[in-house]
Amino acid sequence: MRRVRAEVLNAKRVGAYHSITIVAPEVAERVRPGQFVSVAMPEGRTFLLRRHFSIHQASRRGGWAGTLEFVFDPRGPGSSWLAEVKAHQFLDVIGPLGKAFAYPAKLTTCLLVAEGHGSAPMFFLGQELLARGKRVDMLVGAETQELVFKPIEGKRLAQTIVITTEDGSLGETGGVIDVLPQVVESTGAQVIYAATGRQTLRRISEFCTQRRIPSQVAVEEEMACGIGLCFTCTVPVIRKDGSGYDNLRACIDGPVFNPARILWDRWMGEEPHMVATPPEGFPVVKTWPG
Amino acid sequence: MRSNLAVDLQGLRFPQPVLAASGCLATGHDVPALVDLHKLGGVVTRSLTFGPSKGWATPRSAETPSGLLTAVGLQNPGALAFVEEDLPRLVKAGVPVVASVAGASLGEYVNVASTVHLKPGVVALEVCVSCPDDERGGEPFYARPERLTEIVGAVARLSRVPVFAKLPPLLPGLVETAQACVRAGAFGLTLIDAVPALAVDPQRLRTRTATPVGGLSGPAIKPVALAAVYQVSRVLPDVPVMGVGGIASGEDAIEFLLAGAWAVQVGTALLVDPSVHVEIAEGIMRYLKEKGFASPDELRGRVRVRDAKIGSA
Repeated sequence: MRRVRAEVLNAKRVGAYHSITIVAPEVAERVRPGQFVSVAMPEGRTFLLRRHFSIHQASRRGGWAGTLEFVFDPRGPGSSWLAEVKAHQFLDVIGPLGKAFAYPAKLTTCLLVAEGHGSAPMFFLGQELLARGKRVDMLVGAETQELVFKPIEGKRLAQTIVITTEDGSLGETGGVIDVLPQVVESTGAQVIYAATGRQTLRRISEFCTQRRIPSQVAVEEEMACGIGLCFTCTVPVIRKDGSGYDNLRACIDGPVFNPARILWDRWMGEEPHMVATPPEGFPVVKTWPG
Repeated sequence: MRSNLAVDLQGLRFPQPVLAASGCLATGHDVPALVDLHKLGGVVTRSLTFGPSKGWATPRSAETPSGLLTAVGLQNPGALAFVEEDLPRLVKAGVPVVASVAGASLGEYVNVASTVHLKPGVVALEVCVSCPDDERGGEPFYARPERLTEIVGAVARLSRVPVFAKLPPLLPGLVETAQACVRAGAFGLTLIDAVPALAVDPQRLRTRTATPVGGLSGPAIKPVALAAVYQVSRVLPDVPVMGVGGIASGEDAIEFLLAGAWAVQVGTALLVDPSVHVEIAEGIMRYLKEKGFASPDELRGRVRVRDAKIGSA
């Protein structure tokens, strides 16, 4: 984890989203897919907290001119300010942060599932998987055609890509979960990576458990500091030996988790919290297949 | 004149007057290298319970105008694990440790305090009274002044190191409660704890944190904290007061010292800028040199009340 004063190389609109590329060689040479950076907001504003963005592209270029690109929705305080940032301005950046996606050692067919600009980090992951000789397929969803992130680039990257929109303006009508079984069928996916909303993540997780497909998910949780200090971004995760669970920080123990170990009911607030004694009898979940 | 940042709180000395506030540097475990621990005056730990505690459901935080609302609960490894694993790291970093003591009952406070107070490196205890009292149906310990002083007194009687009572600002009689804490044995006071606060999402018709009422921190509460420090230190000029609430710059820290604080704690600002304490200390040093003071102790309580303009409307 480094803190750098990074020059903005390029800032542009990408469809409904906004993209910023910064020069940050020290971060770029270390970052791996699924990791994120935090960007400080300007002083003298009413919003204080750093904003956190997963990495869309990292270019190492021999280590001296390494760049990073991240993508965000320009609505909301902070991100609307960031959307006004121009090339050659400087940003206070900390990164790389968090745990990255793990690559499978033996399995070869990987399906990347994402919604909205959640597919931004999947491009980085897809490239790294391709470089390791894996097959990459994509399943990308959004509410409308405008909110599908880089569909053309996705087609270039992946062996196959299936797009879903809620309103049917592009690709299949519905959500990614509706077509997941048939996409897994047609691609022969052996590993699934996902970055979607929580409800969908949960259903992907259930699907993968049922079909015994190893999977990894990148979660989102309200995060104040991003560097492990404040304990606000926790996710209830079952211990490896099944002896209970711990509230792990998404910023340093995540954001990538094995979804079979997430206590979804608890995380999604569907059971009363503040239970004094943790429930017993958790399944022992094997870790990532390596 | 040579200026020196060291402060002396009635015999409790810190190398410089800026400490990390409770909850903002975890318990010393996993502190990123970005935070230069050695340059802090001290570290107040996350509040410790006796056994490990998981804390409340998420979302636990919401950004509000000039503030941060958090409702984390008491997630911490427990006093025993803290003493075994985390405290040695802080001691190794060479930073004085103030252990924040919490609990769900009087007995738990006593157990936590007796676990930590004699450990090398622990220079003081801070008693958190914002947690729910299991013996009073979950109302916070501060809800009744006599309960609050009972807790503070119990910890103060057993502790061999100085005990600070951390008080929230919205007590019916803050000054009286502070005096009662001192009578009960508190060595000093930490002012203020986070302000009880709520954030609402009108689109989804629900609260923004899973536990509705959390604690507000950050610049939004600075004037509230300054008032508390000012009022209490006027009445108790010999009792060390640590000022905390929205400090993010050297100037902020100096305001607290002038209002009557003996030292300050920085919290939310550290979450945003992990080296802010270094800048704050430098800012205090610059101010001391500029104004010709030898140490932060000389600033304490020097704020003058602005003269009223007579005859002008």
